[in-house]
Amino acid sequence: MSETRKAGRPLSPHLQIYRGGMTMLLSIVHRATGIALYAGVLLLVWWLTAAATSDAYFDMVQGFFGHWFGQIVLLGFTWSLVHHTLGGIRHLIWDMGWGYELPSVERGAQLTLAGGVIITILLWVIGYGVMS
Amino acid sequence: MSMRTPLNRVLGLGSAKAGTEHWWLERVTAIASLPLMVFLVIFVIMHLGSTRAELVASVANPLVAILLALTIISTLWHMRLGLQVVIEDYVHTPAAKFSALLLNSFFTAVLGVAALYAILKMSFGL
Repeated sequence: MSETRKAGRPLSPHLQIYRGGMTMLLSIVHRATGIALYAGVLLLVWWLTAAATSDAYFDMVQGFFGHWFGQIVLLGFTWSLVHHTLGGIRHLIWDMGWGYELPSVERGAQLTLAGGVIITILLWVIGYGVMS
Repeated sequence: MSMRTPLNRVLGLGSAKAGTEHWWLERVTAIASLPLMVFLVIFVIMHLGSTRAELVASVANPLVAILLALTIISTLWHMRLGLQVVIEDYVHTPAAKFSALLLNSFFTAVLGVAALYAILKMSFGL
């Protein structure tokens, strides 16, 4: 009764079996940024509902976003969004059946990581340009 | 060689029941979100220093309101599907898993309706 019958199918090795690397890091970060964005969308909805509510409420929300703490949160939100978007494009390319060779996978990981940082900086430079 | 365990056969757990629909919708909403994210980033940057009146005036434009609504629907749908996978991967206690999945659906539904209400309210005039 207590005997566990095992099917003769191959088992996937668990985390500690793998050697850590760029691709593993990117996989983890893709999921982490996805979870961060889940919370981040709350900020977007907060901004929209405030704008639909009253001047005082909207000013309060804008005040939070303008505060140094709000700016750090928004910077993290921006990077998560850009990184997750680029990572998503990488996944869609795989879905097409392309880029499964190791060099391509490594190259995609580097491009995603670098692109996420560069585009985030670019957007914030544009943002501060618009503000001033 | 059969890949099924005896327990699996007794419980009648054949396929995952839902087939590829979840996987497919994750992709559909991802692709839909790509141009919508470009729109959202441009929209947000254009309104960084805006007053409330200026922001409301922009949303009054039907095209802007529709694009904002599509952005909300696509991203919330996508993140509900995404977090569902995360929950299924890490939460294994039946009660906790069921609660987390339920909360995931409720949270995204509430956010979505609140956002759509705000967009429509601004678009139709405060």
